[in-house]
Amino acid sequence: MSTTAAVILFASITTYAIFGGADFGAGLWDLVAGGTKRGERPREVIDHSIAPVWEANHVWLIFVFVLLWTCFPQAYSSITLTLFVPLTIAALGIVLRGASFAFRKAVFRTRDRRNFGAAFAVSSVLVPYCFGAIIGAIASGRVPSGGKAGDPLHSWVNPTSILGGVLAVLVTAYLAAFFLVSDARRLSDEAMVAYFRRRATGAGVVAGLVSLVGIFVLSNDAEYLFHGLLTRALPLVSVSAVSGVAALVLVHRETRRAARIAAVGAVGSLVVAWGVAQWDYLLPESLTVSAAAAPSGTITVVLVAAGLAAVLIVPAFVLLYVLDQRSLLPEEGVPEPPLVPPSASGRTTRAG
Amino acid sequence: MAFTLAFHIILVPLGVSWSVMTLIANYRGVKHVDPAAMLLAQRWSKYMAVTFAVGAVTGTVLSFEFGLLWPRFMGQWGAAFGVPFAFEGIFFFTEAVFISIYIFGWRRLGPWAHFWTGVPIAVAGIFGSVSVVAANAWMNAPEGVTLDSSGNVSDVDPMKVIFNDAMPLMASHMVIAGYLVGGFMIASVYAVGMLRGRRDRYHRTGFIIGFTVAAIATPVQMGVGDALARWVYDEQPTKFAAIEMVPETSSDVPEVLFGHLNSEGEVVGGLPIPGLASILSDPGTGTSTVVQGLDEVPADDRPTNGEVNVTHLAWDLMVGLGTLLFLLTLWWWAAWIFRRDMPRSRWFLRAAAASGVLAVITLEAGWTVSEVGRQPWIVYQKMKVEDAATANTGIWITFVGVVLLYVGLGVTTILVLRQMSRRFREGDRVDESGVPYGPSEPTDSGPPTDKQMAPLG
Repeated sequence: MSTTAAVILFASITTYAIFGGADFGAGLWDLVAGGTKRGERPREVIDHSIAPVWEANHVWLIFVFVLLWTCFPQAYSSITLTLFVPLTIAALGIVLRGASFAFRKAVFRTRDRRNFGAAFAVSSVLVPYCFGAIIGAIASGRVPSGGKAGDPLHSWVNPTSILGGVLAVLVTAYLAAFFLVSDARRLSDEAMVAYFRRRATGAGVVAGLVSLVGIFVLSNDAEYLFHGLLTRALPLVSVSAVSGVAALVLVHRETRRAARIAAVGAVGSLVVAWGVAQWDYLLPESLTVSAAAAPSGTITVVLVAAGLAAVLIVPAFVLLYVLDQRSLLPEEGVPEPPLVPPSASGRTTRAG
Repeated sequence: MAFTLAFHIILVPLGVSWSVMTLIANYRGVKHVDPAAMLLAQRWSKYMAVTFAVGAVTGTVLSFEFGLLWPRFMGQWGAAFGVPFAFEGIFFFTEAVFISIYIFGWRRLGPWAHFWTGVPIAVAGIFGSVSVVAANAWMNAPEGVTLDSSGNVSDVDPMKVIFNDAMPLMASHMVIAGYLVGGFMIASVYAVGMLRGRRDRYHRTGFIIGFTVAAIATPVQMGVGDALARWVYDEQPTKFAAIEMVPETSSDVPEVLFGHLNSEGEVVGGLPIPGLASILSDPGTGTSTVVQGLDEVPADDRPTNGEVNVTHLAWDLMVGLGTLLFLLTLWWWAAWIFRRDMPRSRWFLRAAAASGVLAVITLEAGWTVSEVGRQPWIVYQKMKVEDAATANTGIWITFVGVVLLYVGLGVTTILVLRQMSRRFREGDRVDESGVPYGPSEPTDSGPPTDKQMAPLG
């Protein structure tokens, strides 16, 4: 039963990596979109793309945390004890990013928008880096179990963590570029389609190169994970590599939907490969899934909750994405009436 | 932790009740073709977009902090404490999905279809906060867990954890508080507008919706709060002793207003009302009701004198302000019953203008009573705060950083909301469809930001 809980946990992490990751990646493209004039159009596309969905996507992270601390409290407590620095940075980054993004839409002066936009964009890079580094720390066995804290600095500043962080940033950027190609398409902006297609290629190539370097890093620094990747998880690693390349080919052949699916597959199978490679450890090689699991009563109720979530949440998400894809969620609210609306008194444009 | 919770809890009423008020306005707007109500609903949904985003991220930080600050608490009790959160996750998902659809769907969805996409937000808001409070209530009434010989949780009965003894009353108290505080907050904004002479239909509608919600919630809250206090009297006598500031067990206990305990643990100052604490604890037995004092438990297992003072003061504040707000709603109901209109007095509007802030203070005071009164326990009579906390030395740096960040966040949120409202008021014609950065202002000669970096790829 603890296995089922662990599978749900990894499925949630994967979902967050895909949907949340794409939103983070869009933030990276926002960051490097250039000056106010040159970056105006890409930023419009980015804004348009992530605004209706980012909060819903973000909830996956909270769900991951809840699953982790409820089903595997020992693992949660060990991770937070050791990795409090990158977790704190990630938490601050999340606050900055979410709040700035919301504020950016709500303020009107260029200077304010630029400041909030900068905070949003910088933290969009910082947060995935931290999460990647945290995964690196866990996967390379640097988080001890049993209530002792690991090294507060070297647990997340080490070759595997750096690899994890850099790869996380690149992968989110890669994925986001595919989503943005589709969104630019929906806005019928061919220039932007080409713009983000170039970036998808760039990010894909760089991510591929980093992964190659990563093979050497992992073989020296994270043996258990490395071994797992080459044995149990090898099919997934191959799927990831093949679909990663296929996505790039497809996007240049104008089959965008297939390209997007391939890109999602590449990222998803990469995350799942990590989980499979370190199976059946939650914290390699000190805490297994079954040893970390909460009592069966708790796991049962979480599985019930997860089943309920599948019944309630999945249709809601489908509804959200379908409405979004059909451009039925164009903009917040309605345009403010330019003139006094027809109403009894003549001063209705005044709000408190 | 306490600080971030205190911040987050302000956003809870808005999350729970604002959606309901927006839906009321939306309903009026569609059903009775009321443009003022419609405009309110549309603008409120824009504000909600901001407050919900801030609530979402501060809520996320909380899920980090549980681990960062209380790793041992989570390690030991996560299996039980986490159960309600698993359900909270579902409700939060629902809320996030539908709030996005509602906010972004104004232009293209049909009016009634759009209205119905808002309903799940309100429902999920209620159940979401019930789940969170269930976790907090469990800390007051830790049931449904079996410990093995080494003190680790060996089995969990999830139903008992969620529907623990304290949960029904605490959850009702919090949800009603959400409507109460949210209603007063909204009403106070429009009261200020009306005091400044903007007495149009738009402001009147905004005020009436907000205040009516609060005026329904407040009397109910008095009853629920009273029942909850009796529960504390029965189940957490030490907390009750701290609330009523009773050093020694006795009957005929006076209700002391304000005052404090000195270092000897004696009651100093304040305004005692003879016998009232006993009468309120159990009206059936009147002044002969025995109230257990702080001296019943060893000093290590009860709040310190300082904590007692804080709890007692917070209690006085909560009850005092709550009563004032109640009187204000009586005024409101009297005016509607006898004159079929809202009170005309400027003093009523002035009081209503203050009610938003007062309600927030009441909420924070109530939360202080619940949390400080439980000290030194984090899980009542099972784990002490000091055993739960992290031993990491960086904690103070983190704390200062978090406080600074949240102060900044709070100030910015208020500034942004104010800027939005000024914008709405001026009816500015500038295109709102949103150019994320727009063209540079000609006067802007600031240092180059990271925006000027060359693009990659």
